[in-house]
Parts: sequence; structure tokens; C-alpha cells
Amino acid sequence: MSFGVINGELLKGFFENVELFTITLLFALPLGLIIAFGSMSKVTVIRGATKSFVWVIRGTPLMLQLFAVMYVPGFVFGWQIPGDNPRMTAAAIAFVINYACYFSEIYRGGIESIPKGQYEAGQVLGMTKTQTFFKVVLLQVVKNIVPPMSNEFMTLIKDTALARVIGVVDIIMTAGSFSARGIIWPLFYTALFFLVFCGLMTVIFGRIEKKLDYFHS
Amino acid sequence: MAILEVKNINKSFGKTEVLKGVSFSLEEGQVLSIIGSSGSGKTTLLRCINFLETADSGKITVDGDVLFDSDSTEKMTAKQKRDKQLSIGLVFQQFNLFPQYDVLGNVTLAPKLRAKERPDFKKNKAEIYKEIEEKAMKLLAQMGLADKVHNYPCQLSGGQQQRVSIARAMALEPKILFFDEPTSALDPELTGEILKVIRELAETNMTMVIVTHEMNFAKEVSDYIVFMDQGVIAEEGKAEDIILNPQTERLKAFLNKVNDK
Repeated sequence: MSFGVINGELLKGFFENVELFTITLLFALPLGLIIAFGSMSKVTVIRGATKSFVWVIRGTPLMLQLFAVMYVPGFVFGWQIPGDNPRMTAAAIAFVINYACYFSEIYRGGIESIPKGQYEAGQVLGMTKTQTFFKVVLLQVVKNIVPPMSNEFMTLIKDTALARVIGVVDIIMTAGSFSARGIIWPLFYTALFFLVFCGLMTVIFGRIEKKLDYFHS
Repeated sequence: MAILEVKNINKSFGKTEVLKGVSFSLEEGQVLSIIGSSGSGKTTLLRCINFLETADSGKITVDGDVLFDSDSTEKMTAKQKRDKQLSIGLVFQQFNLFPQYDVLGNVTLAPKLRAKERPDFKKNKAEIYKEIEEKAMKLLAQMGLADKVHNYPCQLSGGQQQRVSIARAMALEPKILFFDEPTSALDPELTGEILKVIRELAETNMTMVIVTHEMNFAKEVSDYIVFMDQGVIAEEGKAEDIILNPQTERLKAFLNKVNDK
């Protein structure tokens, strides 16, 4: 089998990884913010429920969650995940929920690290709470969470390989099928795809950090 | 008539009574200093008047306008509250400048947001913004910061940052300007520049209330001094009398302690 063919197959697999990565970010970033507000709620019930949920999701293996989303609805309710690619859908659901919980903790840390004085300054200057959040607090939060977020993004692209346990044909699974036929090198060669992707993200996050470097709290 | 009237303010945190019926008033154009040891309630009093805390009971009137009255059953809307509170400005001990805005941006942010509520805003936006910026530039020049308008707070010294925060509070044209220990976060050699600015403001007839534990500062800049101890006003009077001729034992003890330092 030629290098070109194998390379093409691996690239096709990697597209699955990137697709899962993109969908996860698209939904988990906003969902995480909602969870963060829930875990900071003044209403005890909401706060308690949110924190318990985050505890369960962060406290159990992502692999287990993948199995749960993939098989529990079918076993328990006889309900099938719709769509023409139910495996990817199931993986996306598990990843979105899992990462939203991690993101929520990053958001919470970022929001809580803003000194109370910033809100008080907004108040005595006659700004509404909404104005204070969007005009004063938000950019400072963004600046604070860029480094931990960059970590999560890196972890995420590599975690997407886990989706193969429920049958998503990602790059590792593709490489594995070559190994089964006695061609070992593609498995190790996949590292290059992840390395390039992470390198790209390092550059992008570096730019963002530099762009926000003009102020310090 | 007094421009500021504070009547019988009480405030407790849990079981701790921090303010036990504090009343005072202030005439327009005068400078009042509130002194007292930490825990005497002076910062809580200032925070209650600035609505950073809500007093349990009492009444606060600025220029005849009731800002707070625990006996009143009338409910103010959030907007009414915000509008009324703007008759009071506050300069924080820790400056609390907005780090992501430059000096000019810090001073103009709140006035620009407020301008959006004006009915003619859409029509005259450019003009209104220009006016706000010109006014801010004037204030910053007055604070000796004309060459710093495009610097960010992190590029300024503590004294410069505090002067920006004074300009920021002044930009909303408060009737009374409050200072919460304006020099406590500064190196001793920088307190002079803040003192100078406050003295200059006093000359323009700005009504000011300053919480401080710098006695020289209080003596030099203020007309009246209120001495707080254990949640009550223990002694009050003309600045010189209070510092040079204290009547109560508590004030004598406090002044001795401060002078020993």
C-alpha cells in the first residue's frame, strides 16, 4: 500500500477528530458559561444541583460517558440516536457535556478572580450590572482564562481519539486497522497530525495572549 | 441648608453592630474628614452613604433630595436609584481603575454609557462623545495628567492612578466627592501629590468627605473633622480644634497613638 493512500486514509480519519473538536467547542463554550453561572447562583438548589452535576461529569471517565450516551438510551428507553451518523452524534453529546463542565470551572475561576472593586467602581459610576459585566469585567475574564483554555483545547483534540471506543472512525482507529494488517508505522505517524494541529493552536493562542498583553490588572 | 444630611445611620453585620446611630451634616463647599482607628466604622459609614452597603436604618439627603430613607415605603426603580446616587462620587483606596482602558477611556467610559440614555443620542452621537472627551481632557489636565491620557493604568505610578480615579469620579459632576483613605495604598512620598489635588479641589469649592487616618492630611485639608469610635461619632468640630484641642479621652488616646507612629 502506497504512502499516499495511507496518508489519505489517515487524513480522512483526522477530519473526524477535527469535526468532533469543532462541534465540542461550538456547543461546550457557551454551555460552560451557563453552567458557570449556575454554579455561582445565589439560589442554593440551582447551585447545589449544578455543582453535583459537574462533580459527576468531572469525576467519572470520559470513556464511560461515551458508552453511557451511546448505549443507555437504547437499553433503557429503546430510543435510538437519530441521524445518519449516530456514533458521531453520541460522541459529540458526551464530549460537549464533559468539556462544558471543565470550561465552567475555568469560567468560574476567571470571573471570581476579578476584584470586587471593579464591580463597585462600575456601581458608583452609575453603570448597570450588565454594563459593568460586558464593558469592564468580561475582557479581564477573557485575558485570565486564555492560558487554561489553551490547555483544554490541546487536551480536547487528543481526547477526540477516545471516540473510537464507540465506533467513530477517527485517525487512531484508521491507523489501527493498518496495524491489524501488519503495517505498524501509520499508528506512530498519526502523532504528526496531532503535533501539527497543536502547534497551530499554540501559535494562535500565543497571538491572543500577546494581543491582550497591553493591560495588566 | 446643608448639602449633605446623614441621619441616624445604623448598620450591623450579623450580630456585630458597626454603626450605632450616626448623624452629621455638611455645608456646600466644605471639606469634612472622618478619622478613627480601624474598626471604628468610618469605612462602613462611607460605604453606606455610597450604597456599596445598605444601611439597616437611617436617612441620607443630598441637596434636598432623599437618596435613602429606611422609613419610606416608596420603592425607587433601579434607574432612579442610579441617577440619584450619581450626586455622590467616590474615590477608592485601591483606585479600582479599569485596566483594559487607557486613562482617557477610564474617565469617559461611564459618561459615554450614560449619554446613551439621552433622547438625542442617536442624532448627535459624535458631538456628545466629543464633548465628553473634551471635558475629560480638561479634568485630566487639571490633575496634571495631560501627557498621560493614552497610557494604561499599569503604566502609571500609584499617585498618577489615584489622580485618574479622581478625574473619573469628577467626570460625572457629583455634588459631593467622597474619598476612602485616598493615600493609604500609596508610598509616603506620593501622598503629597494627592494632598495637593484635593487642596486644589477644595479651592474650587468642591464639597468633599475624606476618610483618612493621616492626621496631618486631615488637619491641612479639612474644615471639619468627625472622630468615630466604636460605631458612634465620639467628637466632632473644626479641624484645628479636634487635632490641637481634643476634649474626650477617647480622641486624646487616639491622637497619641497616631502621633507615636
